[in-house]
Amino acid sequence: MKKLRSSYQAAIFKLRLAQGLTYRTAAAAGVATQFFWGMILIMMFTAFYGSQTSVDGFTKSQLTTYIWLQQAFLVFIALWIRDLELFELIRTGNIAYELCRPINLYSFWYTKLLSSRFASAALRCLPILVFAYFFPKPYGLELPASPTALLLFIVALVLGVMINVAISMFIYISVFITLSPIGSLLIFSVVGEFFSGMVIPIPLMPDTLQKVLMCLPFRYTGDLPFRIYSGNVGITDAVIGICIQIFWLLFLPLLGNFLLNKALKHLVVQGG
Amino acid sequence: MIEIENLSKAFRVAKRKNGSLLRREHETVHALTDVSFKVNSGEIVGYIGPNGAGKSTTIKIMSGILVPSSGKCQILGLTPWKSRIKHVQNIGVVFGQRTQLWWDVPVLDSFNLLKDIYKMSPTSYKRSLDELVSTLSLESLLHVPVRQLSLGQRMRCEIAAALLHEPKILFLDEPTIGLDAVSKIAVRQTIKKINQERGVTVILTTHDMSDIEALADRILLIGKGQKLYDGALDTLKAQYLKEKRIAVDFDEASDFLCPEGTTLIQKSNERALLTIDLSKTSVPVVIHQLTNQLMIKDITVENQAIEEMIVALYKEMAI
Repeated sequence: MKKLRSSYQAAIFKLRLAQGLTYRTAAAAGVATQFFWGMILIMMFTAFYGSQTSVDGFTKSQLTTYIWLQQAFLVFIALWIRDLELFELIRTGNIAYELCRPINLYSFWYTKLLSSRFASAALRCLPILVFAYFFPKPYGLELPASPTALLLFIVALVLGVMINVAISMFIYISVFITLSPIGSLLIFSVVGEFFSGMVIPIPLMPDTLQKVLMCLPFRYTGDLPFRIYSGNVGITDAVIGICIQIFWLLFLPLLGNFLLNKALKHLVVQGG
Repeated sequence: MIEIENLSKAFRVAKRKNGSLLRREHETVHALTDVSFKVNSGEIVGYIGPNGAGKSTTIKIMSGILVPSSGKCQILGLTPWKSRIKHVQNIGVVFGQRTQLWWDVPVLDSFNLLKDIYKMSPTSYKRSLDELVSTLSLESLLHVPVRQLSLGQRMRCEIAAALLHEPKILFLDEPTIGLDAVSKIAVRQTIKKINQERGVTVILTTHDMSDIEALADRILLIGKGQKLYDGALDTLKAQYLKEKRIAVDFDEASDFLCPEGTTLIQKSNERALLTIDLSKTSVPVVIHQLTNQLMIKDITVENQAIEEMIVALYKEMAI
């Protein structure tokens, strides 16, 4: 059963990759944008650091690495990246077809969304990482703090994108009620972006706010893995962080699945 | 095979009225009221009725997509909305106005995904695909991205996609909508063939009476959410087809007397349009009487449109 299920997931992934390749130019443009965006952010925060090499235990090189990783794995952590196709499915009533399939809708969509993110990351992350690595010192991407840190980073990053997709599923579920994604998308991206450290890196935020953010799922998408990579979060804390990630990964899909099923009971297929 | 009893579905719809911004009034729309019918294995049933009659709603309930307000529905022993995942394995669905194929990738990729979704073994997938490719002549379409297909080509692929997992029941919701004559005929032939060769039970909704005439042995007529008629098309025609329209083209301007039981609607130098009251006379008699009077070039007998027949039905049932 499990093995068979993974095969449709593999098929969706392949399809998404093929779709992604159709829009190669968009990927290339994305890489360029991320690259310049990263440079702007780094220049801004360097100015903010001034002559200090460390603010609240967050060193300048950790900061630049943090920002480059954010840019390289943007499609993993950004909440505003959305699948217009799913919104269209709900809005136009094409969801009818999705419900004719012998699979759980939540898993189906979750797989689709996760696949898209992996597929677009596969096309985008490497060029940014390589470029950033060869960038002149204090501005370049550093190597991971240790081999263990690299390993834990990869684990945390994968769990992070899975949490992110679980959060983003709530946007899609909300569209069943609102029929328009614009509102939820705006709220989720503004709030989520800030809470996950995309606007200001979390280590630079006030302590109280940091404590609050520790209790929310958002920082476990990007902030945690990036700080594990640079060694800002030590090995023990990394393991604890990964355990918290696993908790969110169990809780969020459970809640999402419940809400989705509830929404489907009252489903109105739009457009006859 | 399919048993439906007293099925009802009501939607609560917000009414937009000019007036209060804060208070919203709701209105209950009864899409289906106490619909009951049975379908046996191997039948092709034409499900007809005007727009908004409840056809699509019924199809969606039978496909497990919508949950009805009340009533029973058993399809192959399963209640669609309760055991959705098990139930959909038995059915194939085509919504003529929607697409189930992935837009940007070749048709075959979508088929391969369906294979995995329905957990088909490679051998049964290959057998089913080969069969569909030859019956629907899809060979040249398989490697074309869906967005580049014409509507007729796409519809053939949609039907193939719905049949890939070899379902026992096929629901077709307006499969010929927007198709040209050639594509319509191709789609009809496919449905007929699939029904005969695979023994698939077909329920089809349409507004095109010729679809029904070509395919369905039995029709279910529904209007305003209520079942109005269930039986053979011919019986319905005999009962409600009270008149036929006939267009006559003749050689030269000449006068003729309208045969008994007919009314002249329109007349020009070379063409006349008559309605025949079938309770008073019949088509052959009228044609005979006309040929005696005129040098006829062409005669066209028009059937009363389905909508007109339904209007007649409405009147009789006083809905």
